[in-house]
Amino acid sequence: MEYHLQVVSENAIIVEFGKEITETTLQDIQSVTSSIENHSFPWIVEFVPAFTTITIYFDPFKIWQLAPDSKQLPSQYALEQLELFLSTIQTIKISEPRKITIPVCYGGELGPDLEFVAKHNNISTDKVINIHANGEYIVYMVGFAPGFPYLGGLSEKIFTPRKKTPRLLIPEGSVGIAGGQTGVYPIDSPGGWQIIGQTPLKLFRPDQQIPSLLKMGDRIHFMPISLKDFSNWEAD
Amino acid sequence: MMLTILKPGLFTSVQDLGRYGFQKYGVITSGAMDQIAHRIANILVGNSENAPTLEITMIGPKLKFNQDSLISICGGKADPKIDGVSIKCWRPVLVKQGSVLEFGPISIGCRAYLAIAGGFNIPIVLNSKSTYFRAKLGGFKGRALKAGDQIPFDTPSELSYRLIGNLTNTWTQKPYHEANWLINSSIVPSYREHPSIRVIKGRQFDLFNQESQVSIFEKPFSISPQSDRMGYRLLGPRLSLTEQHEMISEAVHFGTIQVPADGNPIILLADRQTTGGYPKIGQIAAVDLPLIAQAKPGTKVRFIEVTLAQAQRLFLQRERMISDLKQGIQSRFR
Repeated sequence: MEYHLQVVSENAIIVEFGKEITETTLQDIQSVTSSIENHSFPWIVEFVPAFTTITIYFDPFKIWQLAPDSKQLPSQYALEQLELFLSTIQTIKISEPRKITIPVCYGGELGPDLEFVAKHNNISTDKVINIHANGEYIVYMVGFAPGFPYLGGLSEKIFTPRKKTPRLLIPEGSVGIAGGQTGVYPIDSPGGWQIIGQTPLKLFRPDQQIPSLLKMGDRIHFMPISLKDFSNWEAD
Repeated sequence: MMLTILKPGLFTSVQDLGRYGFQKYGVITSGAMDQIAHRIANILVGNSENAPTLEITMIGPKLKFNQDSLISICGGKADPKIDGVSIKCWRPVLVKQGSVLEFGPISIGCRAYLAIAGGFNIPIVLNSKSTYFRAKLGGFKGRALKAGDQIPFDTPSELSYRLIGNLTNTWTQKPYHEANWLINSSIVPSYREHPSIRVIKGRQFDLFNQESQVSIFEKPFSISPQSDRMGYRLLGPRLSLTEQHEMISEAVHFGTIQVPADGNPIILLADRQTTGGYPKIGQIAAVDLPLIAQAKPGTKVRFIEVTLAQAQRLFLQRERMISDLKQGIQSRFR
């Protein structure tokens, strides 16, 4: 496993796993994050994985209290401990990534930009739906909004630039395309994505201790459903 | 036990020290912008440092205490008055049932924190009572306060009762009673109209061109009106990279100074998103975060370079002072 550690503030260290977004990097990051979760260092507050990095937030005052007379700075202690810990971790190939199906009612009022995406790419709206729903997507990161997945794997055939004028309100559950990215808005939000449909699933669950439906490494499939099924969808 | 909001002020909300443990799910930290003022206000009324306070912005609220309460107001110069009479900040004050607290506009700084012994009895959402505005969660109903809101308190701690007892012994006819002791003024951050802010070089500092590397530490920047709890947009010399560089999103922190394509730096603050894809030129030293939290639009700031080691030492120095303050109060009011 290749990585590099850097102290970036009084309470944060970033671990970088390379300069490119690849499946190997994803697996390295997942191996490390699950190891950190299982180990529970008392001075680690939390960690934030992202594409090619993990940022680890620690409590420098807690570290200082372990040895108040030490000349070593808390960040040096944290760096040493993390270097040591990382050297013991081996990349585990995640053989069974979680597969999640996201039901989507495409087009109509729920997908006001479906026609634009079709026109922009010189294909029919049915073809857009077909291509989007047949794609296999990987969650590379959760961020930007609570529960929002950064998905890799959108087909070039339906790449569409963001709207010139963003909408003031995009409803929760909206499925969209922006450039070469696709994703789902987990909460009401302003935004410039091209909205092609909506899912009745809740991607953000604030009442649960794991408030995001999706996690880094998950494999996603979109499944077309009718407006009737969308309206009748039972919350799970 | 309740607090009634008669007038909400410009932008008042419930904040604690923030929501931690869920950033990997895209859940932002929120929390008090000036964490030192928030913590000291809580310590002075015998609360835990993380108890929720009211974060008051620019123009404070008008509120009524439905029972005797021990309060403290810390932060910018907020000019609080109980039933029309000025009370002091940065100390505990016992106020009588029925008294009305009002604020003049904040004249130095822009945020103040009202701590009440016991904190607020409001739901904990994802381990915190901070308001997450964008998700409409946490705090008091996930929003800023409005006229007519009634916020219930929790039971004060043993220490709070001892502080109350101490002040009750010498109470007079006035609707309030201030403690006659002060905290060590060196704990209070040096709030200034045009502050100098200590900054560590950012992770992508070396990607910026020579001129930008010099400008960031030599020229003044002013805080634009496009500034809020999410971030402050700065105006001043435009900063540029040596060459175009497509950055991969990574975590950002409270006090990160990032530079988008237009060259105008943004300081990321309490309501920042968890990750960002713009190059980082600097990271504000933790010890000076309160100074930036108290800077309002129009303020000129200068950045002074410090090393990570210096920043840590300054941070630990202040933490030790706060720890001493807590212990001092605990032993004095045993």
